[in-house]
Amino acid sequence: MKRGANACRLAALAALVVALGLVAPWVFPQAVTQLAFFWLMVLFALTWDVLGGQTGYNSFGNVVFFGLGCYATALVQRDAGLSYFTSLAAGMGLSALLAVAAAALLGPLILGMRGQYFAIATLGLGTVAADLFAGWDYVGGGSGIVPALYPGPIGERNRFFCYVLMALALLTFASLRWLYGTRFGAVLNAIRDDEDKAEAMGLRTTRHKVAAWMLAAFFLGLAGGPVAGLVGFVDPRELAFAGTSFGVWMVLMAVLGGKGTLWGPVIGAAVFHVTQELFWTYLLGWQRVALGLLIVVIVVFFPQGVLGWLRAQRPQWFHETLDEGAAAAQPAQRDEAGMRAHERTA
Amino acid sequence: MDNLAILAQAPVFNLQLLVDGVLIGALFALAAFGMALVWGVLRIINIAQGEFVMLGGYVVVYAAAAGVPPLAAVPLAALALYVLGWLLYRAVIWRVVDQDLFVSVLATFGLSILLQQLANQLFGANVRSVDPGLGTLLLVEGSISVPYVKLVAFAASLALGVALVLFLKRSRLGQAIRATSQNARAARIVGVDTDRVFASTFALNAAICGAAGALVSMTWVIHPYFGLAYTVRAFMIVVVSGLGNLAGIVAWGAGLGVAEQYAGFLLGAQFQTAFVFGLLVVILVARQLALHRRRMVLR
Repeated sequence: MKRGANACRLAALAALVVALGLVAPWVFPQAVTQLAFFWLMVLFALTWDVLGGQTGYNSFGNVVFFGLGCYATALVQRDAGLSYFTSLAAGMGLSALLAVAAAALLGPLILGMRGQYFAIATLGLGTVAADLFAGWDYVGGGSGIVPALYPGPIGERNRFFCYVLMALALLTFASLRWLYGTRFGAVLNAIRDDEDKAEAMGLRTTRHKVAAWMLAAFFLGLAGGPVAGLVGFVDPRELAFAGTSFGVWMVLMAVLGGKGTLWGPVIGAAVFHVTQELFWTYLLGWQRVALGLLIVVIVVFFPQGVLGWLRAQRPQWFHETLDEGAAAAQPAQRDEAGMRAHERTA
Repeated sequence: MDNLAILAQAPVFNLQLLVDGVLIGALFALAAFGMALVWGVLRIINIAQGEFVMLGGYVVVYAAAAGVPPLAAVPLAALALYVLGWLLYRAVIWRVVDQDLFVSVLATFGLSILLQQLANQLFGANVRSVDPGLGTLLLVEGSISVPYVKLVAFAASLALGVALVLFLKRSRLGQAIRATSQNARAARIVGVDTDRVFASTFALNAAICGAAGALVSMTWVIHPYFGLAYTVRAFMIVVVSGLGNLAGIVAWGAGLGVAEQYAGFLLGAQFQTAFVFGLLVVILVARQLALHRRRMVLR
């Protein structure tokens, strides 16, 4: 019975978010691009957290899949000779395929590494990709590539891509919400808590990690095309494979909100996006310095994130509102996890 | 790859690449030695390593502009970076020493971005270098040119490396550093102030990097965004040669320098950084496969 009430509340919440998301571009017509980037940031933080928060593997190279998506869609639009929306759809499909294939190929090689080796290997991957695309003439080299022009006024274009990115972000959220309640999600958490024990229990840890990475890559690849269309220009270092901006922001947003939770990355993305817009508006020239300082401050002084802090302050809230599916299915395990989180932060 | 033919026709070019590579490799080795020191003692991987190198270079650039002879500015750079390293330890690093590795990697990555953006904002994004005016040595009838400053930098980095090893072996603080790296808890029990040891080690590492950067600014160029490549080079060298192995670090540093010279010459200069980062991934994957094979045998 409680489950039914929860489902009702959830449906109402989802409807509210969708309605707000649909209305917002009309209420704030001058902020449509920022809104579109907000949805992108939500998607970034959520996909990073699949491996980073839930599995404990911190990747600095997830931006590679996003970059592949940007380039694949722009290339399909340039060379396939299809109409705008057909080529966009085809390009996004190809992007997702390429990104998943890249994760499937790279995953077995580098996901066997532990801890810092994995983090630094992925850091290398992102930079290699940026340099290779910047030196590859077919994709425009260092000067980048221009995707097809949107057939319509700029305002309509921004609204269209804002809706596309919103749909992708909500799709990501819904898929991950479902996934974290399944056995697969439990395996990911087991890997994070103690990988050797998980392996000793007979779980195929590397396979699960690769599958999780492929899932993240799928959504990141899909998001590349719409962002390329929205910005109207794909630069290898500043947009597609922007390791020191997007690549680090993903990590920062998930940490800021509370990594290893479903809502944490969303909250982190919202807080970070607003902060970043304020920095860019008020700190002419010094915004990137402030951002570097923000990373250090958050990581050193606030590593548990907003949700981790809340969980330590008000543990009783979290049996009500968070991860209802998982809590209902395995109440004992949830309590234990909550206690452990509590001990860790205390 | 057109340049491959040049190498085959004029073997003397190989010699030029080898000499350049070995000489620049000594500077990579210096940064790697510092990284191994911090890794071994504090158990953190300092991603801001390359930024220390870069800042050391800027100290020389500005000292030279103020009239200090560039070579005399090398100790100045080391001193300035020692102070910066100490301050950073007291402000940030001590809080992440006992924490999860992810926290220290991300925190030093944040420091790296902070320092890089500060340098970009304060010193400008232009490529800088200093000419110490020492002239050039010409070998093999003038077909190989070796600027004297590169030889000086090579000798200085070797001397610095040896001095460091002696310092770690002989001096009281050096012994405390080695004791802490072996077992921090035991060192505390016998009365070593490990917090001070950590601070000195981190500051010492920054000073080493500062000296390396000072030499880089005279032999090569510096730029606010060059940092990460130096971090990655240092990391690679440490991964393949292990912690606390000076001979290995120098050898692999020289090897990396030569490999990079060849890659830059054969693939084109625009792919030289891609080569560095690609090599990092290759080395880590190779290491992983080797470890994996060992595990299979045990099973």
